[in-house]
Parts: sequence; C-alpha cells; structure tokens
Amino acid sequence: MFFGFSPDELTAIKLSLRVGFWAMAGSLPIALAVAMLLGRGRFWGRSLLNVLVHLPLVMPPVVTGYILLILFGRRGVLGAFLADYLGIVFAFRWTGAALASAIMGFPLMVRSMRLSIDAVDRRLEAAAATLGANRAWVWLTVTLPLILPGIIAGMILSFARALGEFGATITFVSNIPGETQTLPTAIYTFLQVPGGEAGAFRLTLVSVAISVAALFASEAIAQRASRRAAGL
Amino acid sequence: MLSVAITHRLGSFTLDVAFDSEGGLTALFGRSGAGKTSLVNAIAGLFRPERGYVAVEGEVLTDSATRTFVPPHRRRIGYVFQEGRLFPHLNVRQNLLYGRWFASGAKGGSELDQVVELLGIGALLTRRPANLSGGEKQRVAIGRALLSRPRLLVMDEPLASLDEARRAEILPYIERLRDEMLVPIVYVSHSIAEVARLATTLVVLSDGEVAAIGPTAEIMGRIDLFPLTGRAEAGAILATRVAGHDPQFGLTTLKVAAGELRVPYFDLPVGTALRVRVRARDVMIALAPPQGLSALNVLPGTVTEISAGDGPIVQVRLDCAGEALIARLTRRSVETLSLTRGLRVYAVIKSIAFDQHAFAGATPAAASADAEIADG
Repeated sequence: MFFGFSPDELTAIKLSLRVGFWAMAGSLPIALAVAMLLGRGRFWGRSLLNVLVHLPLVMPPVVTGYILLILFGRRGVLGAFLADYLGIVFAFRWTGAALASAIMGFPLMVRSMRLSIDAVDRRLEAAAATLGANRAWVWLTVTLPLILPGIIAGMILSFARALGEFGATITFVSNIPGETQTLPTAIYTFLQVPGGEAGAFRLTLVSVAISVAALFASEAIAQRASRRAAGL
Repeated sequence: MLSVAITHRLGSFTLDVAFDSEGGLTALFGRSGAGKTSLVNAIAGLFRPERGYVAVEGEVLTDSATRTFVPPHRRRIGYVFQEGRLFPHLNVRQNLLYGRWFASGAKGGSELDQVVELLGIGALLTRRPANLSGGEKQRVAIGRALLSRPRLLVMDEPLASLDEARRAEILPYIERLRDEMLVPIVYVSHSIAEVARLATTLVVLSDGEVAAIGPTAEIMGRIDLFPLTGRAEAGAILATRVAGHDPQFGLTTLKVAAGELRVPYFDLPVGTALRVRVRARDVMIALAPPQGLSALNVLPGTVTEISAGDGPIVQVRLDCAGEALIARLTRRSVETLSLTRGLRVYAVIKSIAFDQHAFAGATPAAASADAEIADG
C-alpha cells in the first residue's frame, strides 16, 4: 500500500508539525518586539541588533547549529543553567529542534513584520492619541491591526522554514526517531538505507503538500488582512 | 477659555505667537508656511515647543516654565486633520465611537445619534473609509472628534484637500457645529472666504507672529491688513437681514444699516440674518447719487480712511451708517474725485458681485433659522 504511512513516518510528520508550530509560536512575541524595536526605536546598538537578527539567514546552518550546541548543550553556558535551575533541556530533545527552527526562521519573521511596521501611517497613531488613547491602546487598536498582514505572513514563513530546517537541527539535536527526526531528516535517513525510496517519496509528497497549503493559507489570510487594513 | 503663547525656532523661521480666545470659532488665518499647523499641534500636544504656555478652561496643558506637558491623550482636545486620518481598518461607526470609548468617564458632550444627525452621516455608518468621498470622510472625522467629548476642537484646514463643491457641502455643517454644539473651535485656514464665513474671532498670522486679532468684521474692515488678508479677495463684512424677494427678476433684497442691497435670489425666509462679504474691488465710489447706471446697489456713506502709500491702488474705507465698507480704487480716481476724510459719498456695488462666495453664512443670532445658503 503506497500511501499507507508506517508508524515511523507518521511520527516524523507529527513531530515536524509540532516543531514547526512551537518554533513559530515561541518566536512570535520576541520577533514582534524586536521588529518594533528595529522599526521604531532609536537606541545605541540598533544596527548591531539588526545584524544579529539577520545572522542565521546568511551563516551556514551547520554553524548556527554548532553555536546552539555550544550555548544550549548539556554543558553549554546557557544549557547547563537552564537544565539545573529551570529543568529546561534542549539538547537532543524535540524542544531543541524547535529552538533551532525558531532561530532559523527568526530573520524571516522579523523582516516581514518590519516591512509592515514601516508602512504604518504614523499620523493615524497621532490621531488616535488626540482621541484619548494612550500609547498602549494606540498600539493595540491602531498599530497592531494595521501590521497584522505582516505578522501573519511572518508566522507562515517561520512555520514553513521550520518544516524545512535541516542543517542546524541535525547539528544541534541530531536525528533521533521519535524525538528529533523531522520530515527533512527522516527523508535523509530513508535515502541512506536500501529500499527506503518509497518512504522518502511519501514524506516528500507530505512536505510539498504542507508547504503548498501553508503558502496558500498565508496568501489568503494576508490578502484579507491587507484589504481590511486598506479599508475595503 | 483658551490661552496660547508659543515660541519655537524652526531653522531660520521663528514662531512667536500668543493669543486668547473666549469661545466661538477662532480662525487662525495666514499664508502657507506661517506656522499655523505647528501652532495647533502645540495646542493639541502633538508638538512640544521650545517655550510655550497652553491652557484650556483654566487647566494648564503646556508650560515650559514649570516643565508641564500633558500628553495629547489626556488633553481632551478634538483634532480634525486636513487629510481626515480615519482609521482604515474600522468602519464609520467604529471610527466615530473610537474616542467615545476613551472618554466614557467624562461627562457631557454630544451623543452618537445627535452627531450623526448633525453631520448627515447616518447612511454611512457601516461603510469603510476607503469607500467614502473626500467630503464624507471629513464629516466623519469631525464627528469622531466631537464624540471624544472635547473641551476644544481644533481643525487644521479641514477643507483644503477638497474641491469647491465638497467645500460648499461641508461649510454649513461647520456653521452648525459653531452655533449648536457650543464647543469652542480653533480653525486654521488660508482661505479668506472660509474665514469670513465661519470665524467669530480672527487671528491674522504673518511671518510667525500675530499681525492682528479681533472680531472678524472688525479685522476684515481694516485696510492696513489688506496685504495680509489678500488684496483681491479682501473686503468688509456687512450684517444683513433678508427683507424680501422679487421673483419676477429673481432678486432678493437684503436690509443693511445704510439701506438695501439687491442680490441674486437666495431661497431663504424673510428675516434670516446673513453675513455678506463685499469685496473691495467690487465697490465703486460716486460723489452724487448716480443716474443712468446699471448697478442696483447704492449706499450713502462717509470717507473715514484712505490708505497711505504711493502705489497705483488705494483702499478707501467708508462708514455706512456705522458699518465699514471698503472700496479699492486707483490713486488717480481718488485724486480726480478729491476724496478726503469726512466727505459724503455713495458706494456703488453691482448685484452680480454677490455671488455665493460673498455670503459669509448665517450669523450666530440666526442659527435657529437653520440657514444653509452657500451650498446653493
């Protein structure tokens, strides 16, 4: 049966979706804060922050994975602290895969949000202030709705990037079935064993289907949101 | 009521303006670049001047001496911007109620139904700003500012981005605002026609300073201010009352202190009070009651002032039974007629001069007559 997924394959699919979701959800608030900071803030070290955010986009993923290993490994500076005091472990866990994916998708998410933040007509925010809204309310009721298309597009990009993440993940958390073996690493594994082509092909189709669906969804949501933001 | 004193340097330009207002509609009039927008932004708290003092109803909002600066959202000053600035992601009703929600603790002010009726925007409530015309947008923007229960309404050239027809559509609403809502208004404009029609108090700005301040008719009747109030468009304002209609010739008779004026027909009830702007260039002067002349309007008066200077054009101010009228003549005519102060003369005004721009709108006293004439 060609389309019957083996339990291993199903595990990889489910794990991929979980990793993608948490990578996206976890980086969302941080990315939004960083995007606002970069778009609106005038502070010392702004360009440094900008470079830092974009670093994963240009560095080889293996390098990113290795840096994560150094920082968040069991004996890493941050990893040891988090494990000892908060009980959070990233090394060789699915959470590590989510972290690696989040880092890799972060620049895409921030960029997409920045574009929409820069496009906001700040005179509307001034108008809201004269109507009695303080800065927090202005942000919630004017800025946020206007940048929503960018936020959604950023989320989808980050999710899609997480599903495709390979280099940083395999370097940081290896390729453990049921724990860190996501779709790309599973496909890679299938291709390494004789007779694994059928499984690799099935997972490839799943990958393509999820990617296409994600892109269509992002397009549709972003279009609706920007029509709304444009007042149509 | 409102007390403003602002000093701010912008490059080589210095804004140094102080004025007080006691309610009604205070117009800030001046050419583009006279610092009008900076001034109202300073009043609304959107701009922090180097030195300044702003107080509304006795509450100090800005005082650089004591480092007081109340942020805009706590000033309760409604702001109508030149470009409307409606929130594109909200429909008209949500836009209108936006400020209302933040002002829910405050008392007084007008209710949604009342504002919707006043501005005639009932049919637009479920529409989105992108589907509104320029005039509709501005009416919604006015309503939104009104519903935030402002103590003061500032309007920064609210009609400047509209064409002539849309302007005529909105002017009556601003008049009703002034006369019925009793919210003091600061109105920025560079159009003398708008100012003549709307303002109770006129502040003339020039080179970042106050050139003159006073009741509109008084300021408009000062010939020394003609270079600022716009030579071609400037003219005195007469208080008139509709005395009767002549359907055969399509004329309306207006009663003024010095006599009667016959003007093109306007559909207004007899007794309605009107402010009429008589442009100085439309006024001629005769030494005797003219005979064999097509002009219908002749008012007797006394020369009270002749503008100084050597230019070919001279402004002559007349006293017509207590009201000022200004004529714009050539220096040659003044010498030919030997016009001097105290001379009895006759002012001749063509009826055609009273096009719709001449009508300065219903005076506050006639507000109940609900006169909306200038949208023709």
